[in-house]
Amino acid sequence: MALLEVRGLNVSFDTPEGVVHAVNGIDFDLEPGQTLGIVGESGSGKTQTALAIMGLLAENGQAAGSVNFRGQELLGMSAQELSRVRGSKISMIFQDPVSSLNPYMSVGDQLVEVLTHHRNLKRREARERAVEMLRLVRINDPQQRMRQYPHELSGGMCQRIMIAMGLLCQPDLLIADEPTTALDVTVQSQINSLMAELGEKSSTAILLITHDLGVVAGLCDKVLVMYAGEIMESADVHRLFADPRHPYTEGLLRSVPRLDQDQMMNLNTIPGNPPNLLEIPEGCTFSSRCKYAWERCAEKPALELVDDDEEAGRRYKRCHLEELPE
Amino acid sequence: MKKARVLDVKDLSVHFRVDTGSMFRHDYHTIRAVDRVSLRVHSGETLGIVGESGCGKSTLARAILGLIRPTGGKVLWLGEDLTRLDAESLRKKRRELQLIFQDPSGSLDPRMTAGQIIAEPLRIFHPSMARVQIRERVQGMMKLVGLLTDQINRYPHEFSGGQCQRIGIARALVLNPRLVVCDEPVSALDVSIQAQIVNLLRDLQKKLQLSLIFIAHDLSIVRHVSDRVLVMYMGRVMEVADRNSIYHRPAHPYTQALIESVPIPDPVRERARQQRMLTSEMPSPINPPSGCVFRTRCPYAIDACAVSEPKLEKDEHGNRVACIRAGEWRQEAEKAAADAEDGPAAETDPQEPGGS
Amino acid sequence: MISWHLKNRASLAALVVLVGMVVMVIFGPMISQWDHEIPDWDHYSIPPSLETDHWFGTDALGRDLYVRTMVGGRISLLVGLVATLVSLVIGVTYGAVAGYFGGRLDNLMMRAVDVIYALPFMFLVILLMVVFGRNIFLIFVAIGAINWLDMARIVRGQTMSLKNKEFMEAARACGATERQVIIRHVVPNLLGVVVVYVTLTIPQVILVESFLSFLGLGVQEPLTSWGALVNEGAQELETAPWSLLFPASFLAITLFAFNFLGDGLRDALDPKDR
Repeated sequence: MALLEVRGLNVSFDTPEGVVHAVNGIDFDLEPGQTLGIVGESGSGKTQTALAIMGLLAENGQAAGSVNFRGQELLGMSAQELSRVRGSKISMIFQDPVSSLNPYMSVGDQLVEVLTHHRNLKRREARERAVEMLRLVRINDPQQRMRQYPHELSGGMCQRIMIAMGLLCQPDLLIADEPTTALDVTVQSQINSLMAELGEKSSTAILLITHDLGVVAGLCDKVLVMYAGEIMESADVHRLFADPRHPYTEGLLRSVPRLDQDQMMNLNTIPGNPPNLLEIPEGCTFSSRCKYAWERCAEKPALELVDDDEEAGRRYKRCHLEELPE
Repeated sequence: MKKARVLDVKDLSVHFRVDTGSMFRHDYHTIRAVDRVSLRVHSGETLGIVGESGCGKSTLARAILGLIRPTGGKVLWLGEDLTRLDAESLRKKRRELQLIFQDPSGSLDPRMTAGQIIAEPLRIFHPSMARVQIRERVQGMMKLVGLLTDQINRYPHEFSGGQCQRIGIARALVLNPRLVVCDEPVSALDVSIQAQIVNLLRDLQKKLQLSLIFIAHDLSIVRHVSDRVLVMYMGRVMEVADRNSIYHRPAHPYTQALIESVPIPDPVRERARQQRMLTSEMPSPINPPSGCVFRTRCPYAIDACAVSEPKLEKDEHGNRVACIRAGEWRQEAEKAAADAEDGPAAETDPQEPGGS
Repeated sequence: MISWHLKNRASLAALVVLVGMVVMVIFGPMISQWDHEIPDWDHYSIPPSLETDHWFGTDALGRDLYVRTMVGGRISLLVGLVATLVSLVIGVTYGAVAGYFGGRLDNLMMRAVDVIYALPFMFLVILLMVVFGRNIFLIFVAIGAINWLDMARIVRGQTMSLKNKEFMEAARACGATERQVIIRHVVPNLLGVVVVYVTLTIPQVILVESFLSFLGLGVQEPLTSWGALVNEGAQELETAPWSLLFPASFLAITLFAFNFLGDGLRDALDPKDR
C-alpha cells in the first residue's frame, strides 16, 4: 500500500470576489522512499495541495476528497490528532527559511523543542540528537551553531537547519515547498545535492513542490505537472523530460533557456496568462494558451492512462491529442 | 564591424559606511559594494552581469545611472562623465538611460493607472505635451509591449506579474532611451512568463536599436540574452568574456562554479554531471578576505592568492579574468576529475573551509 | 465574505449617522423655542416631556437640555475637527519631511517630538488655563499641540517605508524631481493612513475635551460641550438621570460612528478594493 494516497482532492477558498477553486480533483500516490515532484506555475494549486495534506489551509479554505496517510484519513481529523501526525510523521519545509524559524529562540532550542515535544526525549538526549542531525545536513561546528540565532546565519544555513528540523523525528513524509527558490544558485545546488542524498539514503518519502524543472530533473522519481488546479500530466521523470505528452509540459520544457545552448534564438513561449481561478474556463483549462487547440478542446478532457510500463510505472495525461505534433 | 562604444565605466567604486556597533558604541566599517569596476557597452549590444545576491550588481546598475553617487571612478556616457554632472543635468540624462526593475508590481505606484504610469516620464520631460498626444504615445507603447490598449485605466493590482513587467518596460522605453539597464527583470516571474519577457526585450532591442545591461543571478538566462557576460563576486569583476567563451572556456574558477551549479532540465545529464560545487558560503562583506576575495571558496586557491588582489587581465582566448592561476587551475581540475574516475569510488567530500 | 459586507455597510451607516449629527447640532437649536442660556423659570429639573417642549427635559437651573445638547455638540465637534486639522497640518508636514529626508534631520526632528511627548500633558493644560484663563481657543491649541506628535510619528514611519518602495526609485529613475516625487507618489500613498488616523483622532480629541470639561477645565459657562454636560449630568444622576443619558448617548454614538467610518474609508481609499 502506498504511504500517501490522495484521491479527488479539492481545495476552494471563499473570498469577497467569489469562490476560488485552487485545486480541482487531483489523485496521486506516494510510495515510501520515493520523491514526487509537483511542478507548476504560481496559481497552479501546487502549494495548496501540500497545505491541504498538512491541514494548514488558510481559514477561508475548504478541502474535500480524501488524503490517506498510512491508512489514516487526514482530512477531517481533529486539530489535536493532526498536530500529532504533523511534526512526527509528516514534516514540511518552506520557501523562506529565515522567517520559518523563530527569531527569538536559538537554533538549538528550537531543534530540542521539536524532540522533547514530539518524542518525549530528555533535553540532553535531544541535544545530542540535534547535533547529530546538524552534522547530517553538513553543518560544520554544530555545537557552535546550536547557540546561534537565525539572524546570525545565512539563508542557506537556515534552510539546512529547517531540513534538519524536518528530519529530526524521522518522518515518513517530508513536504518541501520550493525549498531553494529563495537561495542563491551556488547554495541551491548544495541544498539540492543534500536533498538528493536524503532521497537515496533514507526511507523518507519526499513531496517536492517547485517551479524549477532543473531541480525536478535532478531530484524526483515521479512528476506531476499541475495547471489551474488540475493534473495535466503525470509520469516517471525520465519519460516526462524525454517525451512530454502534454502541450503544457512541452511548453514549460521549451520555455526554459538552457545554459548549454549556443545559438541566440527566441525562446518558445506559452502565450497568455494562467486562468483566473474564480472563473475556470469550460473545457480544457489550458486550451486558450495551447498552440495545438482544436474543436474537441471545448470539451473537458479526462486524465487518462496512456502508458503502463513495468519499469517506469503508469503515465497519465489530460489531453485530447493522441500525440503532440512535431 | 566594430560598433561604437556608448558607455565606458572606469574604476567605478561605491563604498558604504555601516555601523555594526551595539547600542552604546559605534563600530563603523566600510563595505565595498562595488570596487573598481570597469566595463564597456557598445551600441546595440547586450552586456550581461551575473552574480549571487549581495555581489553588488544592483548597486553597480544604480551607480551607472547616477541613482547612487559613486565613491570613485568615472561613468562616461557618449564621452561625457556622468559622475561630474550636477543633480539637474544628471536628471536630464535620464531620458537616455533607463532602468527596468526586478519586482514588477512593486515598481509601479499602486495608486496610478497603467496609463498614468507609462505617461509619467512624458509628463516630466514634456510638460507642455497635449493630452491627446500623450494618450496616443502611451497607447502606442502599450501595443509595442503587448498590452491591450483598453487596459489603460486599470490599476497595477489588476494585472498579472508578467503584464506589470510589460508596463514597467513601456515606462522605461516611452522616452526613447539609448541604454536600458534591466535589473533582474524576470527573476520574480513564472517560467512561461519569463520567456515572454525575455523575447520581448530582445525584439524591442532590435527594433529600437537599444543597448542593454541585463542583470540576473541566473547564468542561463544571462547567457541566453547577452553578447558579452560579466561575472561579479563581492563587488569585484571576476571575469568578462563573450557568451560562448564564458560557457565553453570559463577562465575563472568562480565562473566555473556558477556554471556547475545551474541545474539542467534533463534528468540524465543532470544526474550524470560532476558536481564539484562550492561548499561554503559567501564571506561577510564587512570583513572580506585579503588578496583575491574568492579564495576562501576556491578549490584551487594557493598561498599566493592571499597576498594581493588579482588584476583583470586578458588571457589567450580574449577573456578578461582576475585570477593569478587563470592558466593553471583548469589542468588541476582535469587531473582531479581523471583521478576520481580512475581511483576506487572514493567519496570526494571536500573540506569545508572555515564556514560562513 | 459576510464580515466584508457588514463592514462596508456599517461604515456607510456610520457616515449617515455623522452627517445627521452635524446637521442636527447646526440646525437643531433653531427648531426649539428655548435657548441654551436662558432658564425656563417654570420648569427646574423636569424629565423629558412633549407638552413643555423640553424634549430632553431641563437641568437644575431650568435650561433646556435638548438645546444644550445640540449646542454642546457644536463645541465638541468643532474642537474635534479644528484640533484634528491643526494636528493634521503640523503632523503630516513634520512627519513627511523627517521621514523623506531622513538622516540627521530626521534624528533631530524626532528627538524634539520625544521631548514634547515627555511633557506631562494635563499639567501643561492646567498651567495654560491658570495663566491665560479658560478659553476655548486654548483648548484647541493644547489638544492640537499634543495630537500632532502621534500624527507626525505615523506619517514619518509611513513615509520611510514608502521611500524604500521600488516605485519611488522608479520615479526618480524616470527623471522626476524630488518635488514631483513627493507630490505624485508620497502624498497620495499617505492618504489612506492619514484619513484613517484622522477618523480615529477626532473622537480622541472629543474625548480629551470631554475629560477636560469633566474636570472643570473645559469650556466656560454658559457655553457647554458634551463633556461638560456629562459632568453636570453625572452629579444629578440620582435625581435627574435624563440629564446624563442624552448628552452621554450623543457622545457615545458619535465616537462609535467615527471609529466605524475609519475602517470603511481605509478600504474605500485602497485601489485594490475598488
